[in-house]
Amino acid sequence: MSSYSTNEFRKGLKIQIDGVPFQIIEMNFRKPGKGASLYECKMKNLIRGTVTDKTYRAGQSLEAADVEEFTAQFLYRQGTDYVFMKNDDYEQYELTNEQVGDVGKFIKEGLDCQLMIYNNNPIAVTAPNHVILQVEYCEPATKGNTATNVSKPVKMETGAEILAPAFINIGDWLRVDTRTAEYIERSKKPE
Amino acid sequence: MCPKLSNLEHRSKLLADLRHFFSQRNFLEVETPLLSSEVIPEQHIEPLVVHSQYLQASPELHMKRLLAAGMTSIYQVTRSFRGHEQGTLHAPEFTIVEWYRVGDDMQAGITLLDELCQSLLDTRPATRTSYSESFSRHVGICPHTSTVSTLIDRARALRIEIPANMPQHDRDEWLNLLLATQVEPNLGIKGPEILFDYPASQAALAKIAPRKDGIQVARRFELYWRGVELANGYDELTDAAELQNRLENVNEKRVADDRPALSLPKSLLQAMERGLPACSGCALGFDRLAMLALGKKSIAEVMP
Repeated sequence: MSSYSTNEFRKGLKIQIDGVPFQIIEMNFRKPGKGASLYECKMKNLIRGTVTDKTYRAGQSLEAADVEEFTAQFLYRQGTDYVFMKNDDYEQYELTNEQVGDVGKFIKEGLDCQLMIYNNNPIAVTAPNHVILQVEYCEPATKGNTATNVSKPVKMETGAEILAPAFINIGDWLRVDTRTAEYIERSKKPE
Repeated sequence: MCPKLSNLEHRSKLLADLRHFFSQRNFLEVETPLLSSEVIPEQHIEPLVVHSQYLQASPELHMKRLLAAGMTSIYQVTRSFRGHEQGTLHAPEFTIVEWYRVGDDMQAGITLLDELCQSLLDTRPATRTSYSESFSRHVGICPHTSTVSTLIDRARALRIEIPANMPQHDRDEWLNLLLATQVEPNLGIKGPEILFDYPASQAALAKIAPRKDGIQVARRFELYWRGVELANGYDELTDAAELQNRLENVNEKRVADDRPALSLPKSLLQAMERGLPACSGCALGFDRLAMLALGKKSIAEVMP
């Protein structure tokens, strides 16, 4: 297994600590004139998504993490699991409900997502930032109210519940931000 | 990416002001080799090597040869090189301003640095704070008398994120960790601040002398502004045998830290044996100075 020494540390590097993959998402190099270099890192746990602060001193090294990211199509749900297929080689990967997290509420069969694998096991999936989904249920639109500042809860076909303007109806197509679960705009039905 | 041209114009103006400051005081501008077969070993500086020669990490070695040869007030603006240093305040190649004046002690050295700072940055006179005052204020311990276990306990109590490879028995490593994380960010906030009287174990190339209370301290000083270290100066060590001892000690620590020992700078030792006059010297990071003068957060914004 290859490793990185402190002087190879940089933003974006993927390393592992006690068998858990992390990514350096921020790094601050600090060095008092006559003292040792310190590398103050914000590390994202690639399995849990949490961020922790770690400080390394010159001369330390960390093992590289065998993490790969690629485009994979969401095929179908199987019980509480989600099945994806890598677009390159049609290899299939199963992720649990927990691994998919909130992303699961925004993805439809056939959607291209980014899958992350660690030591060949899938660990996380990200959806495109924006998806177009159909409204499955909401209260009827109030007549004449086209104000966008009045919101109501809307349930999408994939299960996500978001806040949308009052003029939205069942069957409308909406563009939704998958990172914030926010309504962006009404859209045409995708081709 | 090239920084804004207006930043570079401002930098150029600062450099002209700096040269004017030294020329008004009858300093001679000198040029010394960047590439040399010798280097002053430092525990935490990795010199860059080109064709078996060192790119100088500072012009100190060669400027002291000039002092030993009889020059009395000299300054230099030059590029210096330090491997593996890269960050918002560091670059492997950077601009250093270094000066020496024969006859100056530490107080005179501090005063000259303060004048330079006021003249270039239009700031008020620097606050002068001893290293031990700054530690009692920001860490709550005495840096000269505390044992290493007191320092470690303090670092833990302050919830400092402690690197795994901290040498457990080296007081200076712990002092530097506390300095970097607890003290430095609070220095020079209201205006420039000069720290002086460093622990004797961190004398580097400064003279060691007793304080009034008898504690041995290094006649070393550093300028901070807005939490950024800008300059480091000494009442210069003139004793060749003492320098040799210290550099051998540096090499032992380098080896203990898995880094190669570096051969001793014979030309400097020989010059000091012939006689280095009492003097004070100081080195200033010019990129950082320009960065702060322009209110920027990174030296990259003021480097061409």
